[in-house]
Amino acid sequence: MHPAFSVIFLTTLIGAGQGLFLALYAAEVGAFLDALPPQAAHGFFAIGSTLAVVFLGAGLFASFFHLGRPERAWRTVAMWRTSWLSREVIVLPAFMGLVAAYGAAHYFGLGDTLLVGAIAMLACVALFVCTGMIYACIKFLQEWATPLTVINFILLGCASGFTFAAAFAAATGSALTGEFAGWAVTFTVAAFLTRAASLIRNQRLKPKSTLQTAVGIKHPRIVQKAQGFMGGSFNTREFFHGASPALVRAVKWGFLVLVFPLPAVLLAAGAYFQSTPVLIVAFVVQYLGLMLERWFFFAQANHPQNLYYQAVS
Amino acid sequence: MTQLALIIDLNVCVGCHACVTSCKEWNTSGGAGYLSDDNPYERDPTGCFLNRVQTFEVGEFPNTQTVHFPKSCLHCEDPPCVPVCPTGASYKRAEDGIVLVDYDKCIGCKYCAWACPYGVREVDEHQKVMKKCTLCVDRIYDPKLPEAERKPACVMACPTNARLFGDIHDPESVVSKAIRENGGYQLMPEWGSKPANHYLPRRTTEMRLRADELERVDNPLKIDGLLPKPALKEPALDDVTTW
Ligand code: SF4
Ligand code: SF4
Repeated sequence: MHPAFSVIFLTTLIGAGQGLFLALYAAEVGAFLDALPPQAAHGFFAIGSTLAVVFLGAGLFASFFHLGRPERAWRTVAMWRTSWLSREVIVLPAFMGLVAAYGAAHYFGLGDTLLVGAIAMLACVALFVCTGMIYACIKFLQEWATPLTVINFILLGCASGFTFAAAFAAATGSALTGEFAGWAVTFTVAAFLTRAASLIRNQRLKPKSTLQTAVGIKHPRIVQKAQGFMGGSFNTREFFHGASPALVRAVKWGFLVLVFPLPAVLLAAGAYFQSTPVLIVAFVVQYLGLMLERWFFFAQANHPQNLYYQAVS
Repeated sequence: MTQLALIIDLNVCVGCHACVTSCKEWNTSGGAGYLSDDNPYERDPTGCFLNRVQTFEVGEFPNTQTVHFPKSCLHCEDPPCVPVCPTGASYKRAEDGIVLVDYDKCIGCKYCAWACPYGVREVDEHQKVMKKCTLCVDRIYDPKLPEAERKPACVMACPTNARLFGDIHDPESVVSKAIRENGGYQLMPEWGSKPANHYLPRRTTEMRLRADELERVDNPLKIDGLLPKPALKEPALDDVTTW
């Protein structure tokens, strides 16, 4: 598939926003259970929720660039019974609203923040599932059609969100820097395991569709001689990434370094030295890595329609 | 229930692209607006088409066959492109099984194209909505057209009659018989989308003669053989007509 930057930004930004919210809520639940030191309502929860909403809003904004007719975007809420995309479009603004309400409840001291946060957490999980299922539900995109897709979205989002939370905690002088950094490393390691699992799985995939099933001729040697047009078409632009195999490989190794080991080391160092800049660098490095990861996620998916578009003439 | 479909006979398609141009001509002139092109006369021409003819070579030289392969939306009976559409712009009509896009609802998110394994949906780069074969829904029910022309434009255009159109759920229809008697098959059956369009394979061409083609129909008494043959020396018909 051709990686679209609008979707790369959408999925990485909302992932970070969701992870950040989960970090905030974990801090509140931890304080409630007397396991963690309590945090400031204004300086910590309200600002943190605002930052989460900014991430989510930026992702939502980016998603509009994917649409041919963004002015009709409101129509997407119609088919939530069948379409994961429709469900995502409903859950994303709902989650943004809940996070905003969560921040506001803290800011104005309204109480019930644990309850609002619990509802927001459910919406957060639902959003992760919707985002992942948009890709995982297309069964003939075999690289995506696995539960690992959803799990990776969840773990990678949590990793970057908790990394940001660690930097945020350090910047606001919160006592939770070490905790957040530790959880961020844990999520990063877990995400590494599941992402590596999906890479290994995809390497072994055998495409179910072949040129034989695509044209229905049972002969071992079929070669396309003409795809029906000389210039490109939507089908040659949307479904091929057009990058060289060397570049694809470089992106894969790039994200494997930038998303996992490097941020883990930076997180450990940042937490040890209580250094805000190092933690910010950890987040930036991991976010850039996640953009490469998402690019690779799209580029790796091999659509069966490509069988019909192998030769110009 | 009706399921309209096209049957494409790969045995007779000669790859002339008449169906492609006829489809483009009809569908760029209709009420739904043009099918846009870019650089039609320059380098890298590109455009939105609802039907394409591709060519494949089967076998190893010198034993090869050139197969021309027309491809348009197959109007799947279980279309994977429909449930994913967030707006309901893509839908399958209950009354005749045609899969359509409502161009006034489509937001151009391209998700349906991702969810079609056959690569037959194309975005119109200027109208920014998804387009695909409509089975000429604006022709086939038009009472202003003569009955014989209420067929998709591609079917009307095909010079070799490689395209049949009809209801595959009616076992007595021409298309059902064609599928049944000629080994009609579906593309990529592995995904369970149950395409309504079928393809007829290459097959050995046989001479088909009916009994009434061997014997004069206006000879009910079968007296042909009773006429006396002229003897060798007698004038034959040739001699008579040379007078
Ligand atoms: S051929 Fe593709 S676009 Fe047409 S109905 Fe089937 S899945 Fe949908
Ligand atoms: S491009 Fe249009 S028809 Fe296709 S899924 Fe999106 S809204 Fe539906």
